[in-house]
Amino acid sequence: MIGWIDTLVQGVLLGGLYAMFAMGLSLIWGVMRLVNIAHGDFILLAAYLALVFGETANLHPLAAAPLVVAAMALLGYWLQRGVINRTLGKGLLPPLLITFGLSVVIQNLLLEIFSADSRALRAERITTGSLQLGDSLAVGWFPLGVFAAAIVLGLALQAVFARSALGRALRATSDDQETVRLVGIDDRRMYALATAIAFALMALAGVFLGMRTSFAPSDGPANLLFAFEAVVIGGLGSFWGTFAGGILLGVAQTVGFRLDPGWGLLVGHFVFLAVLLFRPQGLFPRTR
Amino acid sequence: MSAAATAVERATRASRIGAWAGGAVLVGACSVPLWSDSGTMRLLVEFFCFLVMAQMWNLLAGYGGLVSIGQQAYLGLGGYLLFALANHAGVNPFLCVPLAGLFAALVAWPTAKLVFRLRGGYFAIGTWAVAEVFRLLLANVATFGGGSGQSLMAMAAIPRAVREPAAYLLALAAAAGAVAAVYLLLRSRHGLALTAIRDSERASESQGIDVAFTKFWVYLVSAAGFGVVGALYYMNILRISPNAAFDVNWSAYVIFIVVIGGIGTIEGPILGTLLFFALRETLAALGSWYLIALGGIAVVVMLYAPGGLWGALAGRFGLQLFPVGRRLRRRQ
Repeated sequence: MIGWIDTLVQGVLLGGLYAMFAMGLSLIWGVMRLVNIAHGDFILLAAYLALVFGETANLHPLAAAPLVVAAMALLGYWLQRGVINRTLGKGLLPPLLITFGLSVVIQNLLLEIFSADSRALRAERITTGSLQLGDSLAVGWFPLGVFAAAIVLGLALQAVFARSALGRALRATSDDQETVRLVGIDDRRMYALATAIAFALMALAGVFLGMRTSFAPSDGPANLLFAFEAVVIGGLGSFWGTFAGGILLGVAQTVGFRLDPGWGLLVGHFVFLAVLLFRPQGLFPRTR
Repeated sequence: MSAAATAVERATRASRIGAWAGGAVLVGACSVPLWSDSGTMRLLVEFFCFLVMAQMWNLLAGYGGLVSIGQQAYLGLGGYLLFALANHAGVNPFLCVPLAGLFAALVAWPTAKLVFRLRGGYFAIGTWAVAEVFRLLLANVATFGGGSGQSLMAMAAIPRAVREPAAYLLALAAAAGAVAAVYLLLRSRHGLALTAIRDSERASESQGIDVAFTKFWVYLVSAAGFGVVGALYYMNILRISPNAAFDVNWSAYVIFIVVIGGIGTIEGPILGTLLFFALRETLAALGSWYLIALGGIAVVVMLYAPGGLWGALAGRFGLQLFPVGRRLRRRQ
């Protein structure tokens, strides 16, 4: 019994990380109606950046995190301004195929530079300590911290969107890209800022991923799929829905792994397919 | 202006010359087993497989507007059907090729109902998730060797002198059939509907085209094509495993071929496949740099020449080898 509670708790905490993966994807979709196929590979790129900072400057992953976040935000801004914005208004195909191309390029560049071996961010002490709950149930401090960070970031993001001038401009751009120009908002700059924010979130998620488990260049697509499934399970455009979707996916996977190691990821995918079949609008769709 | 004063033209001079040249190439290709060695035949089978996939993906994305990153699902299922029927049920392996296409289309039917609930970019990732589900499912089936896969023992019973030419001719027929099918389809009434959907979904809907149904059968046809390729390809290399058969790199190669060659044309995928093999045979030693280069070229093409190589050529010289449009010409 206590074993199952443990599995459930681990699943919920894993879901916090998936929710962080999903936030960036959801943000870019919400503002631009675009999907970044290279999403998972950029998350992985952030983990490798933290690895490089750790190896060259001997920085702890958490100390390297601000640098990684800044670098990724700049990369996101440049990517949107210099590349993706050029394809705006030309239909669905160009941005999808370009980000797919980038995904393959990043994945194979990482493979060339870091080899196919699994790597991990070394963060002793922080990732090994745990909070004892009763005799046989312990919750790691680190997964708990990631979960809390996901909630705080989610709240912060919501506050930015609901209350700040930037948030208003982003929402207006999302509603009507043409009309915002009339009131003096540079829609292309708004898109670039949205991508920069998304990339900053992805960067932090990447560092957390690297501290939590080992990672390899081929893991990018899996990260994208988990983020996407969290978004669909929760319901498009609903922030807390996405959060709940991440948690549900995390729980489904850990329960699956406990039943049979070969079934872990499958159970997660099945939950996604079941939601798509029975409730295509997601479990917690945004009501207008 | 009366109808008699104009004529509808459906062919161009280049297309008439092209048809003769294409016929000659086809006859030449049929004679390959008579004078070629098995290495060349194997390479050509692979070439035909990629040509079929490129045509089928182009039909789906270039005309149907459905960007799928998960067509490897049907390739893998087609391959596994061959192993299931030939290895475990004693069915003639060559007969499995059309059956694999049928099977893939059958699976695509309910799958389409599911993934069509997602739009645009989310549809793309959804198809990928479905391919992952099939990969993980087959990795759990011990009969097919689980994650490590199995070999096609059934082929050992067929003498090599029969096996290789037969596989080659089947692959050639599939490639020629795929090009011809797409060409004839696009020249038909349904092709006109498909082209209209490509240009504007909303406008074609208002003209009475059943957009949802058109997309549905395009998805089925494309799945069948990938299923046939799965059986052909794995008949050629004789060993299958879930990680190889459901690898997303299948989609990567095919997408790069179509984008670089020219999306939304019949000539583009042919040109792209030729280029892909030419590059691969020269740059094979570079390993993953080859994929990096392909991806980079595809990104640059999409940004600066969205019509691809064929688009640039056709625009410059006014070439059309497979004219699918209708042109009005005033009678002299």
